[in-house]
Amino acid sequence: MAETATAAFEQPESFAFDAESEAEIATTIAKYPAGKQASGVLPLLWIAQRQMGRQTNSAWVPVKAMDEIARILEIAPIRVYEVCTFYLMFNTAPVGKFHLQLCTTTPCWLRGSDDVVAASRSATGLKGWKEVSADGLFSMTEVECLGACVNAPILQVNDDFYEDMDAEKTKALIEALRRGEIPKPGSMSGRQTSAPDGGPITLTTLSFAKAQ
Amino acid sequence: MVKVTVDGIDVDVPPGSNVLQACEAAGKEVPRFCYHERLSVAGNCRMCLVEIEKAPPKPFASCAYPVAEGMVVHTDTPMVVKARQGVMEFLLINHPLDCPICDQGGECDLQDQAVGYGRDTSRYDEHKRAVKDKNLGPLVKTVMTRCIHCTRCIRFSAEIAGVPELGATARGETMEVGTYVEKALSSELSGNLIDICPVGALTSKPYAFVARPWELNKTDSVDVLDAVGASIRVDARGPEVLRVLPRLNEDVNEEWLADKSRFAVDGLKRRRLDSCWVKRDGRMAKASWTEAFAAIAARVQGVAGDKIGAIAGNLADAESMLALKDLMSALGSQNLDCRQDGADTDVSRRDFYTFNTSIAGIEEADAILLVGTNPRTEAPLVNARIRKRWLAGGLTVAAIGPELDLTYPAQMLGNAPALLAGLRDGSHPFAGVLKNAKKPMLILGAGALARPDGAAILAACWALAAGSHMLTPEWHGFNVLHHAASRVGGLDLGFLPGKGGKGLSAMLGGGVDVLWLLGADELDTAKIGANTFVVYQGHHGDRGAARADVILPGAAYTEKNGTYVNTEGRVQRGQLAVYPPGEARPDWAIIRAFSAVAGKTLPYDSIEALRARLEQTNPVFARVDILPRFGCTDLTGPAGDASAVAAAPFVSPVPNYYQTDPISRASPTMAECTETFATPARAAAAE
Repeated sequence: MAETATAAFEQPESFAFDAESEAEIATTIAKYPAGKQASGVLPLLWIAQRQMGRQTNSAWVPVKAMDEIARILEIAPIRVYEVCTFYLMFNTAPVGKFHLQLCTTTPCWLRGSDDVVAASRSATGLKGWKEVSADGLFSMTEVECLGACVNAPILQVNDDFYEDMDAEKTKALIEALRRGEIPKPGSMSGRQTSAPDGGPITLTTLSFAKAQ
Repeated sequence: MVKVTVDGIDVDVPPGSNVLQACEAAGKEVPRFCYHERLSVAGNCRMCLVEIEKAPPKPFASCAYPVAEGMVVHTDTPMVVKARQGVMEFLLINHPLDCPICDQGGECDLQDQAVGYGRDTSRYDEHKRAVKDKNLGPLVKTVMTRCIHCTRCIRFSAEIAGVPELGATARGETMEVGTYVEKALSSELSGNLIDICPVGALTSKPYAFVARPWELNKTDSVDVLDAVGASIRVDARGPEVLRVLPRLNEDVNEEWLADKSRFAVDGLKRRRLDSCWVKRDGRMAKASWTEAFAAIAARVQGVAGDKIGAIAGNLADAESMLALKDLMSALGSQNLDCRQDGADTDVSRRDFYTFNTSIAGIEEADAILLVGTNPRTEAPLVNARIRKRWLAGGLTVAAIGPELDLTYPAQMLGNAPALLAGLRDGSHPFAGVLKNAKKPMLILGAGALARPDGAAILAACWALAAGSHMLTPEWHGFNVLHHAASRVGGLDLGFLPGKGGKGLSAMLGGGVDVLWLLGADELDTAKIGANTFVVYQGHHGDRGAARADVILPGAAYTEKNGTYVNTEGRVQRGQLAVYPPGEARPDWAIIRAFSAVAGKTLPYDSIEALRARLEQTNPVFARVDILPRFGCTDLTGPAGDASAVAAAPFVSPVPNYYQTDPISRASPTMAECTETFATPARAAAAE
């Protein structure tokens, strides 16, 4: 549980936004009316998490970054801690370069997410959730519904969805990531978005269906 | 007004009220956990559900639902009862069944309301969740598993205390209330978290496992550890004061209490003087009252009146000060002083030395200038009132003095007393703010009066007040903020050098042969002349007793009936909660008894007679608990040359909030607070 900042990992001593983030922050804050800049806390946390990903290959938000955001937005640090810990998309502990987020909610589970989880475990060598592999490449998080149930089960790697997964595809995906390749996200069964597997099964008499 | 019917009772409530307030106006009790009159509305505990006619058929959270004209509310229909029972069952899902070992037991909202709405058995078979306790410092103990997430503490710290350090992190099952990054709450009002917590999640650390509320004798009294004079309730069991709680007093402390006033009471059991001591052959020896009085009488015998003097301390009650004053004049002495800090005061008019706007009056002000004061340490409840006014909007605060964190934004004008002149002649930009304000206030710290140029500062501040519309027939914006509980009372009854009498510095520097210290510990005892015979009358073995030749054990504020005048000039009575320890006696009675031994018997045998004498001395003492507010029609300033202000910067008279008097210095809790809060600050300041 991530309710206190005293965990088994080390928090960095300091955090400063780099030039790229600073530019993003400036455009973000400009979106809000003057005096209402506190509304920018979510985008700023996101910017901080992405910067950590760029700089350290581990996209998470250290406490120092939250403090910095509080300073920029002129709000109490605890208000940033509250928001950051509320949204599970913000990582309050280090994650791997490839952060595997596995959906195990009912539709994915019915479609075999247990196999995907087991395959991820064996391919990455990770035993538990929230663990980071020794080489820093992988970490696994169990997540709630990712909203792509028609293509269940889903494995989200950082910001991208890999859909229609099974044990074999999961192993192949993780091996590819290990080699430094980034496979194209989307359905891994080859179907177009969430269209039926193997082509249309209704309205087949229409001309555009035949054309396909 | 809006007309609302609650359970058939018609009530009129102000527009903007919520349904819960309408129910209370109708005399209907609505259970609640998260709702608190003085905090923002959260509406998250759902315990205050009611039914409203012609509204969607569902229970409404009455605390978060505004009233409307003609609304018909029911608080006891089967639907309401069933809904509340459901809420209670959910609240109890994760609440531990540890009432027998919980300090809140007996005064717990959850316990009480579970009697009304709880089931006799739980239907919950799963594991209860457990939450790690948080370390909030030496005052507030946490048992976070008991927390029901009402968020009162979060709102209190952010809104009233002004230290937004508590929050709710994570969500759902994993939600926790805490500081996230472990730290002690940096507030002088943190003890109030214990009162507002409706369950046993936040309880008093020093009071842990000490007593049950039904074992305690409760005595209404008044606090003396600062000059605010907060209304308190002293809870005692047998001869021991176990805790102090605030009592509702809208004019002074609302329902809050500062930490020192609440937690210093364990100092009442330590380092107490419980018998007389007399110095024989250079060593202090225990003595009886007769021996001690004889020793003093023998020494006083033949000493000229002008070689005898008396100094009253910060915790002295008005009765004993008056008795001592009468004793001194019977002995022919005019050497009196109640200003241990050497402050310069002008007592020709009462509004030269009191907080004239009144504490409740702060809520009408629209501009405040603080001069040489840090209300956060000198009077935390006054500071809370200023913050309350600031939260309401439209208040500008500025301060002349050291840089301060006041929990609300204040313009730090700098720490040069010369700024007063700039404000007076209008050359300083803030003068414009004061000029345009409708009800501006100036708060002058008593610490500034203790400077060598105190009289000049007082005159300069008065002149500034007079010149910036602070003094009108309807509004008195000139205020002196004291930090010694006895000070205004002492000034009111004239515990000051009489004609040709010696003041503090003259008495200390060997100017008297016999010096009577009435609980005076805040002075530099090293300055007392080597040949001065010192009588120390007080309740703690502190600085004064260490220098004494005779020690007379007196009573602390919880052990005597006494009159105190707070910084506003409000006369209040403290009451005896427990008897003084050992041989100790109420202070006025000690002085009265000695007067008989010295052959100058004082003409009062009871505290009533003494109080009649008090009223005779100054009629203000007849107005107990009543504070009439006056405007100011006579702009004539106090004596003192406003241009003689020195350049030295202001220094806070209360460097360490937690240890300011013999009681708090004897308190282990306050020592711990000093270590936690004051020492790091001092270390940081030294860097």
